[in-house]
Amino acid sequence: MAPRAVAIIPATLVAGLVLAPLTAVLIRGGGPSALGPADWAALRFTLLQAVVSSALSVGLAIPVARALARRRFPGRSLLITLLGAPFILPVLVAVLGLLAVFGQNGWLSALLGVFGLPPVQVYGLHGVVLAHVFFNLPLATRLILQGWLSIPAERLRTAATLDLPPFAIFRLIEGPMLRHIAPGAALIVFTLCLGSFAVALTLGGGPASTTVELAIYQSFRFDFDLSHAATLATVQLALVAVSALLLLRLPLGEAMGAGLDRTLRRWDAETPRLRVLDAVWIALAATFLLLPLLAIALRGVPGLATLPASVWQAAGFSLAVALGSTALCLALALPLALGRGEPAALLGLAISPLVLGTGLFLLIQPHASPFTLALPVTALVNALMSLPFALRALRPEVQAITAQYGPLAQSLDLSPHAWTFRILLPRLRRPLGFSAGLAAALSMGDLGVIALFADPERATLPLQMYRLMQGYRMESAAAAALLLLVLSLGLFWIFDRGGRADADT
Amino acid sequence: MRIPSLAAGILMTTASLAAAETPVLTVYAPDYFTSEWGPGPVIEAKFEETCACDLQFLPGDLMPRLLLEGARTRADVVIGLETDVTKKARETGLFAPHGQDLSSLTLPLDWTDDTFLPFDWSYVAFVYDTTKIDTPPTSFDDLIAMPEDVKIVIQDPRSSISGLALLLWVKQVYGDEAEAKWAALAPRILTVTKGWSEAYGLFTDGEVPMVLSFNTSPAYHIAAEGDETKAAAIFDEGHYAYVELAAKVASTSQPELADAFMSFILSPAFQQAIPETNWSYPSALPREDWPQVFRDLPAPDTAILLDEDAAAAIRDEALDEWRRALSQ
Repeated sequence: MAPRAVAIIPATLVAGLVLAPLTAVLIRGGGPSALGPADWAALRFTLLQAVVSSALSVGLAIPVARALARRRFPGRSLLITLLGAPFILPVLVAVLGLLAVFGQNGWLSALLGVFGLPPVQVYGLHGVVLAHVFFNLPLATRLILQGWLSIPAERLRTAATLDLPPFAIFRLIEGPMLRHIAPGAALIVFTLCLGSFAVALTLGGGPASTTVELAIYQSFRFDFDLSHAATLATVQLALVAVSALLLLRLPLGEAMGAGLDRTLRRWDAETPRLRVLDAVWIALAATFLLLPLLAIALRGVPGLATLPASVWQAAGFSLAVALGSTALCLALALPLALGRGEPAALLGLAISPLVLGTGLFLLIQPHASPFTLALPVTALVNALMSLPFALRALRPEVQAITAQYGPLAQSLDLSPHAWTFRILLPRLRRPLGFSAGLAAALSMGDLGVIALFADPERATLPLQMYRLMQGYRMESAAAAALLLLVLSLGLFWIFDRGGRADADT
Repeated sequence: MRIPSLAAGILMTTASLAAAETPVLTVYAPDYFTSEWGPGPVIEAKFEETCACDLQFLPGDLMPRLLLEGARTRADVVIGLETDVTKKARETGLFAPHGQDLSSLTLPLDWTDDTFLPFDWSYVAFVYDTTKIDTPPTSFDDLIAMPEDVKIVIQDPRSSISGLALLLWVKQVYGDEAEAKWAALAPRILTVTKGWSEAYGLFTDGEVPMVLSFNTSPAYHIAAEGDETKAAAIFDEGHYAYVELAAKVASTSQPELADAFMSFILSPAFQQAIPETNWSYPSALPREDWPQVFRDLPAPDTAILLDEDAAAAIRDEALDEWRRALSQ
């Protein structure tokens, strides 16, 4: 086994796929340009909202994940699947769903009105954070839940034997696990929030909520200033790089140590107080996350009958793109997870999609038609985007498995083939299923880089949804959004379920 | 790796299409234009009846793509440019004169441009829900004086053409007072969106009773949905005109076909297709030939449109004022 070497090839590939287009845009733009006062203001706001959003998403995800880890209840599995939904929704759909609940004419405002209270004022920094927590709390919850489920059952058994109180268990067992898992989860949420644009602007209420991504869009669309767009994209990458260095170099706590690979049971959490506490956390999270989904579903139902055949056809193309993207993502993620491939993978999420698309266009256009390559490019861009999530799910498990079974494998002189297929992959089933589900669903809901890569014949489902909106067909667009939500969730569920088939979760 | 096989499959399909003998006219157009709910399909069918050619619309962002491609572009004609990009587009030298007689134009303003040919237009306007607003504002001052609980949504002038049109409109009406007027309007602006779709979605979802759109938007609701509750508020000071343009690419390998398409744009066949597919006014069709619903739409007396040099000269200043006033 030479995990380092195995990881180098995909890491180089991914870094090249991100940095070559960025460089192409920089060169075409004539080198970097200086940042103006408006850019600095955008940078400050972008950082502020990303730090607050990621801290809050991960902070809230910890009690929710703990509650989900130590409770069994009917519908738990369904709830965990549904929790994946906000994250994979197209931005526009999610915003309309959120505002149907939290908007000034939303359900919450209506409820307040019953008691004679004024409507919710959702627009502002708090609105941006609310939306980002809506998107990212479920993701952080899933990543941290994986951490909880990877705690060796033996440790908890020992703790129960010693009759350790919950606080001691947190300090000795859960705390170290969180130090291991939470910084990576925060980093990925932070990176996602850095790239926010339409959400931050709409929920932020105006130009005070200008993000770097908006400045990039403006440079590209309105000023045709590639130099400036590329400079801003480089700044964004640098921010992620610095944060990655800070967060991933933290003393991470050791991986969990060895157990006998059994599922989790908690003897310590059976007190009534903890039961109620967990129930409250689960109920709060479920209400917060599921109500906007319900709003999206209710908006969509009336138009379902009006959906033209082309929308169903688009759903087919989107499925093909999603599956291609998933295969590509896993093919890159597995070898990267064996080594230290995470920083390279983060690049795919940190790069501005607009700049990435422009760079790919510059590189491809002399050799092939960007129109005919639209779907493959979409699949590629989506795979790059979902790579960091896959690694975040896979890497801690790979480390744990290596720590636990590595010595045994060495003493048995196990062949790399046997190690991979007999030991590693079977134990990676859960994170692999989760990663594949996430990659597929993300790709399903993503517009790709349509500004420059749009296929005249084969439109994807999110694209058809936008087209319906642009053609004033709001009811059909809402139905297309519902279809998208159902298909994305379906894909996510199939893969994720496949990964959990042998687990009692 | 799936990509090579997928790409190969797609390339083969394209190759078999290209093998046909008929000449191909390639027209770049915005996504909404080529969509099956836009004017693209019907225009393609009507033009192909007359040209013995294959008209292919290719969707995407027009100017960024053209600038990236330069003279190597595949486009013969570009349709869907807006007035705010003409200056930049002209300076590239990528476009040839359209060579059309402009006397058939029915725009509310003089149009003499020899390169960019209008194919449709409308007025930028605030569209409101008549069940929620009894007395719509009849001027910007009226809008500013409305109760603070009447909220509107506008588009960001840095990412949306209609948002930019509003910016220029306010600047043209108020001049040096524009920043103060924006500050006065700010409490009524619930939020600013990236593009038109988000804003209009918030409006139809009932989050706001009024939204920045076009005076022709209600035509869709009336004609297609039988819904008479959406109307445009008409301002006394006049409205900014939103004119969409086509241009012939200088490097075209199909100059005759491109010319034929440019003149087709001004023909009744094209013009009659526009109102009820693009939900805007046709650029070269007498009012009496418009669909009834468009003739009945309330419209302002005055059209405002800054020429490209004037717009370029004030854009950055107006943007700074807007950002300052709305960032408070």
